[in-house]
Amino acid sequence: MVINMEEFEPKIVGFLCNWCSYAGADLAGTSRIQYPPNIRVIKVMCSGSVDSVYIMRALLEGADGVFIGGCHPGDCHYLDGNYKARRKSVLLKSILDTIGLEKERVWIRWVSASEGQKFADTIKEMTEEIKKLGPNPISKHWNI
Amino acid sequence: MKRIGVFVCHCGLNIADTVDIKKVVEDIGKHPNVAHVVDYTYMCSDPGQEMIKSAIVEKKLDGVIVAACTPTLHETTFRNAISSVGLNKYQFENANIREQCSWVHKDNKIATEKAIEIIKSIIEKLKLNQSLSAINIPVTRKALVIGGGISGMQAALDIANSGYEVVLVEKTSSIGGRMSQLSETFPTLDCASCILTPKTVEVGHHPNIKLLTYSEVEGVEGYLGNFKVKIRKKPAYVDWDKCTGCGICSEKCPTKISSEFERDMGTRKAIYIPFPQAVPKKPVIDSNHCIYFKTGKCKLCEKNCPIGAIDYDQKETTIEEEIGVILVATGFDLLPKESIGEYGYGKYQDVIDGLQFERLLSASGPTAGKIKRPSDGKIPKDIVFVQCVGSRDPEHGMPYCSKICCMYTAKHALLYKHAVHDGQAYVFYIDIRSGGKGYEEFVQKAVEDEKIIYLRGKVSRIFKDVGDDGKLIVWGVDTLTGKKIEIAADMVVLAMAAVPNKDTKELAKKLKISTDTYGFINEAHPKLRPVETLTAGIFLMGCAQAPKDIPETVAQASGAAARALTILSKSELEIDPLIAAVDEDICTGCGICLEVCAYNARKLHEIKKIAEVNEALCVGCGSCISACPSNASIHKNYTKEQILRMIEEVT
Repeated sequence: MVINMEEFEPKIVGFLCNWCSYAGADLAGTSRIQYPPNIRVIKVMCSGSVDSVYIMRALLEGADGVFIGGCHPGDCHYLDGNYKARRKSVLLKSILDTIGLEKERVWIRWVSASEGQKFADTIKEMTEEIKKLGPNPISKHWNI
Repeated sequence: MKRIGVFVCHCGLNIADTVDIKKVVEDIGKHPNVAHVVDYTYMCSDPGQEMIKSAIVEKKLDGVIVAACTPTLHETTFRNAISSVGLNKYQFENANIREQCSWVHKDNKIATEKAIEIIKSIIEKLKLNQSLSAINIPVTRKALVIGGGISGMQAALDIANSGYEVVLVEKTSSIGGRMSQLSETFPTLDCASCILTPKTVEVGHHPNIKLLTYSEVEGVEGYLGNFKVKIRKKPAYVDWDKCTGCGICSEKCPTKISSEFERDMGTRKAIYIPFPQAVPKKPVIDSNHCIYFKTGKCKLCEKNCPIGAIDYDQKETTIEEEIGVILVATGFDLLPKESIGEYGYGKYQDVIDGLQFERLLSASGPTAGKIKRPSDGKIPKDIVFVQCVGSRDPEHGMPYCSKICCMYTAKHALLYKHAVHDGQAYVFYIDIRSGGKGYEEFVQKAVEDEKIIYLRGKVSRIFKDVGDDGKLIVWGVDTLTGKKIEIAADMVVLAMAAVPNKDTKELAKKLKISTDTYGFINEAHPKLRPVETLTAGIFLMGCAQAPKDIPETVAQASGAAARALTILSKSELEIDPLIAAVDEDICTGCGICLEVCAYNARKLHEIKKIAEVNEALCVGCGSCISACPSNASIHKNYTKEQILRMIEEVT
């Protein structure tokens, strides 16, 4: 399948923690900061609750990138959920490598409720980076 | 199949300008689960809410989605609206098509498509939402206050005066805490005892306060509203019920030892009342120093006690209390001067700490308020105060500011000048931090009126002069002039860093609350929940949290008491049911959830050997859900299935 890279618009699934990143995304909206429409947000209570299965499923279902947004280190609403998320993402990325998926498709970033601009900038940056990577090679085009 | 109603809000033009509402309604209407879809200018308005309510009844809806702003704004509004017509409020979901769609995109087509996808993903979630009811837990309407200093007393009084019972536990034999050791207080120079004594007396006599001094918390079990606390009462070897506090026993006791209350500036007997205004005013026998306990002879106190209150056979007792809320007020200590090498490791008698100087200034202190130096009783004519000893000093492990020292040093220097008119006071400081009502004026008064010399710089070394005049040589630097300073002082007062009371860590472990790098107790949120710990039902205040002065401590104590009263004032508490649950058929009892739970809300059932959730402690973070290897952990209304369906919908 030939994809025109010019027209390629990546699909990004974003898991945002209720307390920081989701509120940061809201603030980007309240401040009318524009960012690419490529992200679909799924609100979770804590980044630490994001199961690796969610990330894998998103990638297998055709997402070109997965974004996990949590509170800054030390600021987790639930003490240490963001650290748990970070540890899990490191492990997951090592698995992605082995199945031939670029680990750069999974981003974990800390965005606080006061960082609307940072949220918009991060999504913009991620969209551009995923565009460079091209479409998810396994996704729905897989042949088994 | 669930019959879902979708209500699309225009939000004036906020959404309608960018999102093609007509297209959204048309598209969503085709969804098999959507039984009703309608749009309106302002869904949150009264007519908007009425539309929702009547649709629930007429169209027999069992789930409602409002596609509008962020859930933070109106989730509660709509939950209440649907529950007013009998639909469970957890059958409501918000689709955020304003903050996260119409406001951040300009392209009409793209925003419309995105809005439709957002709503569809929320439909997938709502399809599997369970009807839940709030969890009710009973509340024991009694508070435990740990620590009888000014913060503990203030909180105990606030709660007791609101009509609830309080158990106040204090480690030493009298309440009063650090404040009872102070001479006068900044910035008004009120005598500490004069303003403290009415409070200690009120606590001592309050019908709602059960005062347990010379006691320590031994163990804590249970959770919010339902704690079981074991308190160990140490033996005083005096029957306090009989004792009248006349003090003859102390007078007759032949053993004199250094007094902890006087911070080694004075002495006490082996049977002693720590200070004259003690509450309760009852003596204890220090069995480590008592001649009778060491040799089996003496008994002078027993022979002289007019009412036979001495009881050498008294044993330690354990008291059990059922408690609803716990307030921690364990206070602070000063960093021992022995830990600072450059200032002589505490070996020079005339180098003392701030609290020792308080005792010298105190009218009821060992020198009756006369400033005499410890080594030879001479009145010091040159006195050096050193601020930030240990504080703001990462090398000593305390990069934080102890907050109270700038003010009390100014007070010390000022009171010194009031007592020794021809003396000269020097203060070494890094910065003067005098934020507070009347504080800066107070410092300026010390500098200008009393001619106290403030030198901006650190002291590098303090050592004894070779001569026999007993002078202490203070080497420092004045960074404003760049000159080295050498002062031959008669006495040096070190403003040692305020550190947590040494027992705080152990107590925090018993209470299962966390402490910071320095051992101070952590608050739930540094700004918005400053008097709560992360463990529900446990509150904190005063210097147990961080160094602070008396007004701030009292304010925080009243704040903690008010927060505690929001629990005590109810016989039952309602808890949000969006928490974890366990599928008992799948759980293998591996215990991973116990490890990842930061709130101790998980434990293994003793007989079934599978994991359980303590609904009162669980906060619904979901850590255990993603950690469970067998998918037995369930996050109510955030289940794995719901999230996976949402993922499928948006990819």
